[in-house]
Amino acid sequence: MSEPRNVEPAAEASRVTATLRVNGEDHTVVFPVHHTLLEVLREGCGLTGTKHGCELGECGACAVLLDGRPVLSCLVLAAEAAGHEVETVEGLQEGNRLHPLQAAFADLGAAQCGYCTPGILMTAKALLAQNPEPTAEEIEEALAGNLCRCTGYRKIVQAVAWAAAILRGEEERPPEEAFLGSPLPEVRR
Amino acid sequence: MLRLPPFDFRAPRRLAEAAAILAGEGDGARVVAGGTDLWPNMKRRHQHATTVVSLMGIPELAAVDDGGGELRLGATATLAQVAASDAVRRRYPALACAVRSISSPPLRNMGTLGGNLCLDTRCTYYNQTEPWRRAIDFCMKEAGTVCWVAPSSPRCWAHAASDAAPMLCALGARVLLRAHDGERVVPLEELYRDDGIDYLNKRREEILCAVLLPAEAAVEHCAGSFWKLRRRGAIDFAVVSAAAAAWFDAGGAVERLRLVLGAVASRPLRVVAAEELLAGRRLDEEAVAEAARLARKAATPMDNTDFQAQWRGLMVERYAAAALRQAAGLEPGIRPPHHPL
Ligand SMILES: Cc1cc2nc3c(=O)[nH]c(=O)nc-3n(C[C@H](O)[C@H](O)[C@H](O)COP(=O)(O)OP(=O)(O)OC[C@H]3O[C@@H](n4cnc5c(N)ncnc54)[C@H](O)[C@@H]3O)c2cc1C
Ligand code: SF4
Ligand code: FES
Ligand code: FES
Repeated sequence: MSEPRNVEPAAEASRVTATLRVNGEDHTVVFPVHHTLLEVLREGCGLTGTKHGCELGECGACAVLLDGRPVLSCLVLAAEAAGHEVETVEGLQEGNRLHPLQAAFADLGAAQCGYCTPGILMTAKALLAQNPEPTAEEIEEALAGNLCRCTGYRKIVQAVAWAAAILRGEEERPPEEAFLGSPLPEVRR
Repeated sequence: MLRLPPFDFRAPRRLAEAAAILAGEGDGARVVAGGTDLWPNMKRRHQHATTVVSLMGIPELAAVDDGGGELRLGATATLAQVAASDAVRRRYPALACAVRSISSPPLRNMGTLGGNLCLDTRCTYYNQTEPWRRAIDFCMKEAGTVCWVAPSSPRCWAHAASDAAPMLCALGARVLLRAHDGERVVPLEELYRDDGIDYLNKRREEILCAVLLPAEAAVEHCAGSFWKLRRRGAIDFAVVSAAAAAWFDAGGAVERLRLVLGAVASRPLRVVAAEELLAGRRLDEEAVAEAARLARKAATPMDNTDFQAQWRGLMVERYAAAALRQAAGLEPGIRPPHHPL
């Protein structure tokens, strides 16, 4: 079976009307059937929290939850997502209250440029729903499909572990250095 | 922005309907399962379709059926489902290990076993955007006539990149293919051709419906192992992989063994010379070393993926040895991969 050489893309894009259930709200949108969930979330629903990265499945910036499981919205057709529950970063906070993951990321500096953050928050949310007390290795494993070019990942792992502790109702904070960094070594003149 | 080209999208609920659409639409129709290979390829304009038929709405294709004898894995079972399946973990742990090594967690929630087995072959000169490929002119796998990896070669050397395929070939899996005009069951090994362009021995309209794992390859009869090398512990494809399945006789000698390499040929590559060498012998250090040298000889790593081809050749020997050692219950001799069971 080899690739046919004579296949031209369809000249006319066929459009569909579908209702996407995003963060518990119905969005009825009209879009070309070949558009991805990422494109329709941003362009059709106006939800721009989910980010475009590589658009090829390699970075995780576009991760959202589909029926509670992390998927890459750049590789899901919006048409395929109709009839399923979609969760994006916009649905994390409750009213004015940040989700513990968001609060932990903000307080610990686990987001720097912030471009990878929505995808990581959503992937972490799915992990914590399944495993309320993950080890550092389990957090790393769950986030293995999400690239971050800024933080070096340490803060991200710490923040997910802290958010997990908050969600379990524990009150202990990470050590002070986690917020402020360790003191600089003394420089002798 | 990399958008998909326009196409018609169909999502039938029944297999017969999918088969009828594929038969009716001709060359322009192709199936999609998880889309983790097809969508990137269509975005980069490697692969083309006027009609895309999704298999994900067909319940009978997704089932995992364990009657205790042969294990039947539906083609659209996701990689995450296969890796988490109790039957796979318990009876075919080496397959669980191979599947867990694929891509990344979100991609394993999307990608399917059938899609993995029909994965397009890969090459550095091919897996690029269209402007990149146009800039150096298209190669033989597309509209061109030259292979940029081996310009004097009459063939394309793009490599087979699936991780489940070598393991399933080693375990002796068969696949059920179905089209509008009938069905057939073939050994998975026979699904592949050593040709980077025409890499599958099946008609375009044939749908891979299920993978059948023989009872004799279950862990109580057969020792399986899988080793994979790549730059990072996730996301990256294998640059070398080695899968082994060994059956021992009562005296501890090899009765039968299959050794299959990934990413070093356009198909999963069985190292028949090594299998013949090992039959009837004890799988000790010396036998392993000899067999691993034969594996290196059989492989044709090309400069068309990460790392230098020559070094990958050396790694074929190391990884084949590790797979054989593990099957024999010896220390693998290299660090474990980043995807423990
Ligand atoms: C960043 C990234 C990393 C990856 N890393 C790995 C890796 O390490 N190892 C690895 O093996 N793969 C890897 N992959 C490839 C891919 O994700 C997996 O192989 C996946 O299992 C493909 O399955 P799918 O259902 O998504 O396939 P699809 O994209 O849906 O289909 C792939 C091909 O198979 C055909 N097809 C699909 N299902 C059937 C069927 N039932 N019958 C007939 N034809 C069918 C399609 O027409 C298409 O040509 C990676 C992909 C990405 C994007
Ligand atoms: S091996 Fe050669 S012909 Fe095949 S994809 Fe690579 S450059 Fe093209
Ligand atoms: S944008 Fe989807 S994985 Fe990079
Ligand atoms: S914070 Fe910048 S990429 Fe992660």
